[in-house]
Formats: sequence, C-alpha cells, structure tokens
Amino acid sequence: MTSRFKQALESGKFVVTSEIAPPKGTNLEIMKHHIELLKDKVDAMNVTDHQSSVMRYPSLGGCLLVKEQGGEVILQMTCRDRNRLALQADLLFAASRGIQNVLCLTGDSIILGDHKQAKSVFDLDSSQLLETVRLLAKGKDLGGNDLDGPVSFCAGAIVTPEADPLEPQLIKFEKKIEAGAEFIQTQAVYDLDKFKKFMDYARLFDVKILAGIILLTSAPMARFMNKNIAGVNVPQILIDELAGAPKGQALKKGIEIAGRMIQRIKSEKMCDGVHIMAIGKEEVVPDILVAAGIL
Amino acid sequence: MRSGKGEEIAMIRSITQRKPDDEIEGLLQGSSRIFIIGCGTCVTLTRTGGEPEVQAMKKSLSGKGKIITGHTVVPVACDNLTHEFLTEFGSQIDPADALLIMTCAYGVQAIARQLKKMVIPALDTLFIGKETGIGQFDEVCSQCGTCIIGETGGLCPVTSCHKGLVNGPCGGTNHGKCEIDSEKDCVWTLIYRRLKELGRIETMRKYQRPRNYQKEPKPGKVLLPTT
Repeated sequence: MTSRFKQALESGKFVVTSEIAPPKGTNLEIMKHHIELLKDKVDAMNVTDHQSSVMRYPSLGGCLLVKEQGGEVILQMTCRDRNRLALQADLLFAASRGIQNVLCLTGDSIILGDHKQAKSVFDLDSSQLLETVRLLAKGKDLGGNDLDGPVSFCAGAIVTPEADPLEPQLIKFEKKIEAGAEFIQTQAVYDLDKFKKFMDYARLFDVKILAGIILLTSAPMARFMNKNIAGVNVPQILIDELAGAPKGQALKKGIEIAGRMIQRIKSEKMCDGVHIMAIGKEEVVPDILVAAGIL
Repeated sequence: MRSGKGEEIAMIRSITQRKPDDEIEGLLQGSSRIFIIGCGTCVTLTRTGGEPEVQAMKKSLSGKGKIITGHTVVPVACDNLTHEFLTEFGSQIDPADALLIMTCAYGVQAIARQLKKMVIPALDTLFIGKETGIGQFDEVCSQCGTCIIGETGGLCPVTSCHKGLVNGPCGGTNHGKCEIDSEKDCVWTLIYRRLKELGRIETMRKYQRPRNYQKEPKPGKVLLPTT
C-alpha cells in the first residue's frame, strides 16, 4: 500500500512536513504532546536520528510513537552509527511495523556531538543507502540473498541549494535521484529568488522538492546559523527585521517570517511543499501554518 | 635526505605523537631502572624520538627519581638488525626493569621481538604520512585495499574526507572547507576542481558501490606466491 505521505506528494497538493526530535532519555511526554499537536496538521512528521550526533532516544522508537498516535511518519536514517547489516535490519524492522517513508542521510560528524570519542561508521553513504532501500524493495539484501516478506519505502534525501561551490552538490543530488530518491528536502532556504533559480534546475528531474524552512527565533540565532551552518544564508534584511522586533517578540517575528515565506512558496508554486524545522520549538509549528494561511 | 637535484626527499613516514606525561608515568610505575631508546628516522623528523627528545626524557625521568641505566638513538628501530646495534649497550640494558621506547609502534614491536625485556611505548603512532609543509604531516593513503584514485583525479577521498565518502561531498562542506574544521580543505571540492581542470567532471557522476572491506584484511597479510 502506498504511504499517505507518498499519496500526498503525488496528489499535487502543497505538502507540509515537520521535523520532530526524540528526547534525551525515556520521558516521552513532550514528544507525545508535539505529535498530538501536529499529527492532523502536517502530511508527515520527520523523526531525527541523533541529530548533530547527540545521542538520544532512537528515530525508530520516535517513529513508532507517531504511528501509535495515528500520524504519518518519515524515518530519518544516517550512515554515521550503523554498518550495512544494522541499517538493513532497521529498515526491515521499520517496514514490518508500518513505517513507509525513509529519509537517507550521510549524518553529521561524531565530532560535532556529545560522544566525541565514539567510532564513526559510514560503511555506506547516503547514495548507497538509497540504493539499499531500492534493493530491499526488490526482495534482495546487499549480500545478494533473498528476503522473505515485502519491504517498501518512499525514499528521500537532502540537498543544499546554496552550497558553495554548488556543482558538486548538484552532481550528488542527481546521483541520489538515480539511486531512487523520490523526494528531496532542501537545507534551509531564505533567499527565495535564489531558490527559484535552483528550482529551475531541479524541475528537470522526476523528484518532489520540499523547501527547508528553519524557524528563526532571534537575530543572534540567525547570525549564528550564517556563521556555523553549511549552506545557510539568512539575508541581512531578515536579520534586521528580527532585530527590530519589540523586546520579547523576536520569536513571534520569526513565525511571521516563516509563514510569509511558506505562503510565497505556495502561492508562486515554487516547489511541491515545505519541510519545517522548528528546532526545539515544535509547539509553534501550528502558528507558522496559520501565518502561512494553511491552517 | 636530499635528491641529486638538491630537493628535500619527503618519504612516507610513521607519524607519532608523544603520550601525555602522566600516562608514561603510569606505564613506568613499578619500574625504577629505565633504558631509553629513540630512533634516527621518522621520529627524529617529527621531533618525537630523536636525540634531543631522548635527552629531555632522560632529564625529566631522572627528576622524577627514575634511574636511567642508559640511552641511545638507533638508526632505524624497525629494522631486523636493531638488536645487533643494541648489543654494545648490553651492560646498560641488562639491569633495566623496562625499555622506554621513543619510536613508532613498528620500532617498539621490532625491539620487543628482539630483546627479552618489557617494552613501554612513549609515543602513540597516528598514521603513515608525509611532511607536506614545514612541521606539517598529512595522511595521504590509509591503505584501504580498494584504491579509487583513478576516478578522483589522484586525490583520495577514503583518506582525506573525514567521513571517507566515495560518492561526493556531504552537506556539511562549507565554502570548500570541512564540516569539522574550517581550515581543512573539503577533499571533494579539491577533487571537483581537479576533475574540472582535467575536463573529466563526468567521472564524478559515477555511482561508487559500497566498499569491499574484505580487501582490507585485519590483520593485514600478504603471501607472495612461491616461484
């Protein structure tokens, strides 16, 4: 059966996904609250996999929570922590429990996280993980053996439209599509005119594009991202807008900016939808959707 | 070493780093009489186990109450004939409780095989590398057994990419630098520029299959066929 998320992508509607992060520990109350809040407002929730290499409750566990609460879910999988046996086994497990969407990522460096002395794996990379998903769907594993029981995923990957230099990223983007990516989430975009240029290129390929929206919470946070996050460029005009917000109102301004951008992406039909990353502020995602005129 | 043209010959070297003092002290606990061995090759170049470093170690350990029965810098510690060189130091080595060896692990193991003495490494061996600038050493090959540099313009992503990625850069690359260090070049940017320069950018589009780790046996071993 085709996943609800894939059906949404194929329906031609403006698709909205939202990122959701599992907790540090076993207290799942806040995550359950976020799931409850978002499950009927977005087309799918995308559960992070030890984001920024910080050890947390697993993405698979988070995905099962979303399923239990009746939401549609995308399993994030990085290649950092598992070799090809473990990755395939987790895909089998996910498939057996009704998880039908997977986002294949390389994964951040261990050095960025909170277990800096750990061994990083990278037995496969994101393109190879996508190929693996496709292979499992054919009933075979990477060892060439037959599998008993179906495995089917709607697989996706990411791209950084403002990378510098850009061409190596675009070559990899095309490799990911060739390896079976059906949808692509982008790194956060803020300069929509630049994004439109990327889309002129991306439209040449048979793949759905979800524009990445990272909620800006303050001017310092925007400056921090410009300095530290690869491929993120918040234009000065937006930083000024955040800085000009009345005291205590920067988050409200950030919600307004995110809403405004989503509205423009949607009304100008720039791409197939958006992926909202509200990093730690998942509870305001509905406010962003209201600001965007979607809710 | 110099070539006939007067240029410095930068051979591959075993690159080492001195262990912290407290770790060396811990390893020497219970050994009061110490014989120190340095090496005239790689560790002299990296200034981790040459004559000055052996002298400094002698001074430091003497200050901590150890009896230094003797010390020497052997020409090439990993050589099978190192024990012959050490024969003349027999009267200093025999009374020692331990040999503190300021060479790479190849040297430590060669000496351990050749002498009936407890060996204590004073250095950690990091990689086999080259001196690429004054005082700078870089790993250029990690001996993975599945060489792909014929498709990457002679630059090795398995070694020089922090994640060892073979299908192109990750999303962490930023202005041509690496996610983990804004001073470190992203090797995939370098590969891209090299292939572009050579008019072979299409090579970058080739899907590289998952690596075959059987080609990198652990432990590494090769037997030449008998003729």
